[in-house]
Amino acid sequence: MKLRLLSLLGLPAALLAKGTPGPVEAKLAALEAAAKAAQSAGDNGWMLVSSALVLMMTGPGLALFYGGLVRKKNVLGTMMQSFILMALITVLWAVAGYSLTFGEGSVFLGDLRYLFLEGVGGAPNADYAATIPQQTFMIYQLMFAIITPALICGAFAERMKFSAMLLFMALWALIVYFPMAHMVWGKGGLLNAFLGGKLPCFDFAGGTVVHVTSGVSALVCALHLGRRRGFPSDAMKPHSMVLSFIGACLLWVGWFGFNAGSALAASSLATSAFVATHFGAASAAIGWLVIEWLRTGKPSVLGGISGAVAGLVAITPASGFVKPFPALIIGFSAGIVCYLMCAVVKNKFGYDDSLDAFGVHGAGGSLGALLTGVFATNAVNDALKDSAGKPVALGLVDGNPGQVLNQAIGVVIAWVLAAVGTLIILKICDAVLGLRVEAENETEGLDLSQHGEEGYILEA
Amino acid sequence: MKKIEAIIQPFKLDEVKEALKGIGIDGMTITEVRGHGRQKGHKEVYRGQEYNVDLLPKVKLELVVPGGRLNDVIKTLTAAARTGKIGDGKVFIYDVADAIRIRNDDRGEAAL
Repeated sequence: MKLRLLSLLGLPAALLAKGTPGPVEAKLAALEAAAKAAQSAGDNGWMLVSSALVLMMTGPGLALFYGGLVRKKNVLGTMMQSFILMALITVLWAVAGYSLTFGEGSVFLGDLRYLFLEGVGGAPNADYAATIPQQTFMIYQLMFAIITPALICGAFAERMKFSAMLLFMALWALIVYFPMAHMVWGKGGLLNAFLGGKLPCFDFAGGTVVHVTSGVSALVCALHLGRRRGFPSDAMKPHSMVLSFIGACLLWVGWFGFNAGSALAASSLATSAFVATHFGAASAAIGWLVIEWLRTGKPSVLGGISGAVAGLVAITPASGFVKPFPALIIGFSAGIVCYLMCAVVKNKFGYDDSLDAFGVHGAGGSLGALLTGVFATNAVNDALKDSAGKPVALGLVDGNPGQVLNQAIGVVIAWVLAAVGTLIILKICDAVLGLRVEAENETEGLDLSQHGEEGYILEA
Repeated sequence: MKKIEAIIQPFKLDEVKEALKGIGIDGMTITEVRGHGRQKGHKEVYRGQEYNVDLLPKVKLELVVPGGRLNDVIKTLTAAARTGKIGDGKVFIYDVADAIRIRNDDRGEAAL
């Protein structure tokens, strides 16, 4: 084993055979250090790639996906909403966001030990990821904090002031995201199943933290801002399905970094999450297309890509806990449920969740979190051990039906925190800046009214 | 002189152009337009939201011909533009008072 490892590391076998004079312990220590360094290099490589993949989901992925779905007078404004969060949240994260999320504070929020990223460097933080620099962990988690608020932009598309959106997002990160992420992933967080949470909830890559919070907040935004002018009588067709198609496919690819990267190592668990992610997306695309084809007579491209995204959302909390076949089931049900949310429920209630952030992320995230409680198995993830060192039963399929209830509690907490937090933030932003653009600016479009530019100048 | 204004299916444009060229009509002006007559539009569905698109893309073709050639041109044009299905379009004919070639001030039929 050690010999093989050494040759893997590229160390000359002769070194071991002849050896340098000295105690055996010194040699063993050197070997151990070399093995650790090799593992760290592999894990760190994968995690840096994953970090980049998750950033790619926001820009260009989500920016294209959402940008194509709006009318052409709002394409830049919509893309800018995703893009500016790449900058805004990064600064917040560096100042206090990382600390408030991953500092070991109360059960609800982290403390300020990592303020200005103090002490976050090349050494690993063994509580979270023992084989990679804490700085890698920090930058990886930042990418989640960026895409989560960006998802909300789908709900208030084509009508929110840029200034109000900036204030909203900064407050939302502070009041909703950092606390929720701390509760689920932070050491000592209320829902953290692996680091001493009182209500163990399984959320591998952010079903509750990312999708339920953003989706529910999106619904509150849609209700509070009101419908776009002319909705639903005017045609508000996507101006470029081609952009949306490219965006959705980039999301699919980036999601491998999101879910498989959440293993925080280049491990077999990462492979398992990668496979589950892919299977979930594929079967959800089919699920959405099947029900759409049956109901409207045509399988649409937007249906296919929306289904894939819905499946990716639903598999997110489950990805590191379920086998491939349950991943297909989770995906397929997400395709059906999210289709019904967007095409039936939304029309019934008449709210203008313009790009279906709630219908896809809120509904898909909640469904995925609950199904994680059903299909989670220690055959995939054996990180949780009992006192005798045996892996504990995880979900219903392992004989632990109570986990479904735990998952439901986690979902409810995410719903309440997101709904209440978002409502308060909207009231503040409305009082300070006003949420919506003026009627004439809405007609003119966000591109010109907010940014003084046009997306397409074809005669130029 | 008569002005012929024909609204035709966009995919028939090349056939019509070739047919008119075949009977010696060289000048025409083309515009991409949208509209509908008796032809109802089509339905588009985006995530369950239905949109009825009733203004469909058409091509408007304008040409002015000497009065004596009118019937000849109309026959050729309609034959080339016809599919026999609803949505083939319409032809309108107007009297033209005069025509001027800007380059050299030719007037009337000499300017065509």
